Parts: sequence; C-alpha cells; structure tokens
Amino acid sequence: MRPGPTVPLTQIPQMPRFHLLLAALGLIASLSAQADVTLMNVSYDPTRELYQEINAAFAKRWAVAGKEKISIRQSHGGSGKQARAVIDGLDADVVTLALAYDIDEIAARGKLLPVDWQKRLPHNSSPYTSTIVFLVRKGNPKNIQDWEDVVRPGISVVTPNPKTSGGARWNYLAAWVYAIKKYGKDDAKARDFVSRLYRNVQVLDSGARGSTTTFVERGIGDVLLAWENEAFLAVKELGPDKFQIVVPSVSILAEPPVAVVDKVVDRRNTRLAAQAYLEFLYTDEGQDIISRHYYRPTSVIALSKYAKLFLKLNLVKLTDVFGSWQNAQKTHFADGGVFDQIFVPGGR
Amino acid sequence: MSAAAIPLPVAPASSPARSVRDATHESPWVRWTLIGIALAFLTLFLFVPLAAVFYEALRKGVDVYLAAVIEEDALAAIRLTLLTAAIAVPLNLVFGVAAAWAIAKFEFRGKNLLVTLIDLPFSVSPVVSGLIYVLVFGLQGWFGETLRDHDLKVIFAVPGIVLATVFVTFPFVARELIPLMEAQGKDEEEAAVVLGASGWQVFWRVTLPNVKWGLLYGVILCNARAMGEFGAVSVVSGHIRGATNTMPLHVEILYNEYQFTAAFAVASLLALLALVTLALKTWVERRFEQDRAAD
Repeated sequence: MRPGPTVPLTQIPQMPRFHLLLAALGLIASLSAQADVTLMNVSYDPTRELYQEINAAFAKRWAVAGKEKISIRQSHGGSGKQARAVIDGLDADVVTLALAYDIDEIAARGKLLPVDWQKRLPHNSSPYTSTIVFLVRKGNPKNIQDWEDVVRPGISVVTPNPKTSGGARWNYLAAWVYAIKKYGKDDAKARDFVSRLYRNVQVLDSGARGSTTTFVERGIGDVLLAWENEAFLAVKELGPDKFQIVVPSVSILAEPPVAVVDKVVDRRNTRLAAQAYLEFLYTDEGQDIISRHYYRPTSVIALSKYAKLFLKLNLVKLTDVFGSWQNAQKTHFADGGVFDQIFVPGGR
Repeated sequence: MSAAAIPLPVAPASSPARSVRDATHESPWVRWTLIGIALAFLTLFLFVPLAAVFYEALRKGVDVYLAAVIEEDALAAIRLTLLTAAIAVPLNLVFGVAAAWAIAKFEFRGKNLLVTLIDLPFSVSPVVSGLIYVLVFGLQGWFGETLRDHDLKVIFAVPGIVLATVFVTFPFVARELIPLMEAQGKDEEEAAVVLGASGWQVFWRVTLPNVKWGLLYGVILCNARAMGEFGAVSVVSGHIRGATNTMPLHVEILYNEYQFTAAFAVASLLALLALVTLALKTWVERRFEQDRAAD
C-alpha cells in the first residue's frame, strides 16, 4: 500500500488552464472584430499570383479615392471545390472562378446571387480569358505537337480531376473541340478521342496547381495540359531550361467569370467595395496587371498593347460546340456523364 | 566463434549447451546485418527526410529563413495553430480525465459504448471528421441558416477549426489514462472512501497523483497532433490566407506557390515541434519510471 495522500489539501492544483481558455476566447473575439473593410475573394487555383498584385493595386486605388482602409483576403483551390465551400457558407464577397457553371451552382443551390448574374458585368462577366496549352519537358523528347500526339499510346498525360477542377473541365472540352473540328461533327469519334486521352492519364489532382506541381516538381508525365497562364508561370518560376510550351492547332476559349455574392455583401455591408473591386479588373491598370500575368485581357487597348505576349491559335468558344455550360456540365461531367463512362481510375 | 564451432563434430554431447547459447546470442554476422538493415531503414525514411526539411529551409541562408517565418501570413498561421492547441488541449484534458475516471473506476450501463465512442476519432478518416461539421454547421446543413441569421460563423472560421481539432485529438488523453487507471485498480480509492474522503478528495489526492505522468504524456501527444492535424482542418478551414490557415495548411499553400524555401521554413517549425515533443516525451517517461521505482 502506498503512503497516504501525497498532496496536502491546500496545494490542490488550481487548473490555471481555465485562465488560458479565457485568454484564448478573448483572442477569438479580437480576431473576428475588424475596424476596416475586408473583402474576401474566393478564387480558383492558378490565380494566386494574379490577385496578390491586383489586391495591392486596388487597395492603393481605394485609399487614393479617400475611402476606408481595405484589405482583401484570398482563398484558392479547385474551382468546383471552392464553389462547394461558398455554398456551404464560406463568406465570399466576390467569387472569381474558372467557369460560369460553378457560379451558376452557387446561384442555384446556395441561392446566394441571382441566376442572371453573368449579365451584370461586361464580356459575360469575364474580365480576362485564357486557353489550354501543353507544357512539355525541355527539348520536347516525346515530340508532342498537337492533340493527336497527346492521345498516342504510351504518352503519360497530367491533368486535374474535372469533377473538382475548372481547368480540368476546360482541358477535357478543348480536346473534345479538337476532335469535333478534326473528324467533323461526330460525337462518337470525339468520345473515342477523349477516352483515348484519359487512358493516358494516371494521376488526377484536385486542382490545376496540384497538377502543375505533380508535373514540374515530382517529374511525373510527358505532357501537362495547362492553363496558358499557368504554363507561362511554371516556365518563368522554374526556368525555361527545364520546360517549354507547345501550342496546339485548336483549343478552347476559356472565360473565367467573376461575380459579387449578393447575400454575403448585403449581410456584411460590403457591396460598394466588392463592386468596385470587380470593376477595377476592367480598368486599364487592372487589364495591365492581368496581361502581365499571362491572362488574355478583354479591353481593346490592352489587347493591342500585349498582343506579342500571347500565342496565336484557333480558339473555339464553348457556346459554339456545347451550347451552354449547363449543357456541357450535364452531358459530360455530371454523375454518370460521359467522363464517368470513359475514365477508368488508375489508367489503362 | 571458433570456440563454439570446434567441439560440434567431435562431441555431440555438448550440443545442448550450444543451442542454449544460440537462443540468446545470434552470431555476430546475423546481429550486424539486422542492425544494419534497421539503421539503413531509419536513415532512409526518418533521418534523411528530417535533415532535408532543415536543409531546404536554410539553403538560401538564415535571413531568408527568418523572413519566411516572420512573414505576416506565416505569423497568422502560427498564432492560429497555437490558439487552436491552447483551446483543444485543455478541453481534451478535462474531458479525457473525466471519461477515463468514469470508465476505469466505476461500473455503469453503456460503458462499452462509451469506450467505443472514445476510440471513434481514431478509426474515422480525418476527412470525415471535417465533413460532419460541414454537414451540421454548413450553410446547407442543419444549423446553417440559424447561425447565419445570428451572424455566427463556425465552419470556415476559427471555431470550426477548433471543433475539428478537438474531435480528432479527443482519444489521446483518455486512451493514455484508461489502461493506467485500470491497472492501478480501485483499492486505494476504496481505502480513501472508507477513511472518510469525499469524491473530490479521492480524485485530487489519490487518483490524480497516481496518474500524473501518464496524464502529462497524453497531453503532450494530444498537443502534437492538435498542432499537426491536416485533413480534418483542411475540410473546415476554407483556406483563407492570414485568417483560417493553420501551419500545416500554410505549408501546403506555400509549396503550391513555388515558395519552396518558405514552405520548408514553416515545415521546419513543425518538425522542431515534433523534436521538442519527443524530448518531452522521453523526459516524462523517465520520470514516470523513477516514480514507479520509488514506490
């Protein structure tokens, strides 16, 4: 038997942790109390660097205009995943996603903004466009020139998951567009072409940036299907001595749209700032920043000023081949859609 | 070696002695091979990656390292991680002790169910742990509308991160204490009660002193996991830079932004935390043994 009580009653531990808890609760309160305006921009994967610069420039503009101090927070991820988070209550004042369907979902399922949101800003609410190109290893060892080479047996292709990533859906649709152009409007042939492409895919990351890291950092794959801006950024960041860009003969005109989320801005009282933030993207200064990050500008001035920067290729609009995003989504990416039918996980 | 090998062919009588020797002493060849394999394995999978983290973090110099650590978003991530642990660990300490006490010292209906529930966070994937909170507190979830109407945020904010962390780290304290308390039995408590101690007195003066080292051990493990948790927190965080990114999430973001040095710098802080945890753990274990020897 042990000797009796080892701690005298007077020295009973006093649970100092409760003080810690109180301090912690105080910290939470101070975290959620903010004096100035903060906007939250929920965006897709490759726009990190773009919006870092846009945010700084806009904050400066806003200060010059004599408004309150503004800070803009960023959240990035696969476009579909981000839309899901906004529907689940992530407080986005503005969404800047990879494709219109994802914002349609926020309108339809979350009822956070009107269904005709796309008419509220110029160019279908897309301040910039982009397209899908190929990134290959330096010297192009597998001699990949066009979509035809990407579906060759034995080529390892890296592209993200169309279920969660916006860029991945553009990749898929771009391949489909090529097949339609090449074989005449034959859906069966296009389907066969795209399924041959996905037979060459071994890893599906959840977002475009994840795929880029897989390709450039982990060294997996012969060709990365990438946003034009993402491909340029990878070459710039990681060295032109390692990678090069290949431009296919045909690709899709990707229009990543932006929107104010009405329910959120009305509750948080940030509509004015949110609206101004999106409109800033259309100004000359905004379009300059956009072009310098290799997104294709929409203003005539910027288009001519930066014409040299962008690759020349035949760009097809989504509406010309698929009608609408709603249509494309339903046919190709919904549960049981064409993508589900053709993709066998693990490749082969 | 030769001394053992020579008698074998001439004197079979000595073979029993030899086989006894073999049971406890492998030949040096076997010993060194096994040690070599173990060491090679540890080096390859433990030491080299650990060293690589620090090497990558410091490759561009101490200045770059420090700049990455005191950068605004990194500091916010460090603060949030510490805050989360400062809330989750005490909560699990209180509830873990309460649960372990109830299970080890009392008989009641549904005890087995409680034991199973405590183990649940260990068996459930962290992603699921995060998703359940989205389902309950998300805007489309059970309480979503009500919370929004009262301007309360749970998921995609600090409370959700804390909740997910509490859930994932719940078993650590309780699981550490239950076997210990069960092994100690109820004799001392029963003696205290017979001598006239109240319930609280029994707990503070008999039960708690007996398990204090086990408790500290559980708290250390709980803390390490609370700071390092990725999966569950990732689901409920919303990944807002400077607001809802914990250190592990911040590492991923930096890595994805080609800021490899910064990513490894923050990762090295997490690795340091692991090393400190390890040192503390060893110290606690030693004190535990000393206490036991002193009894």
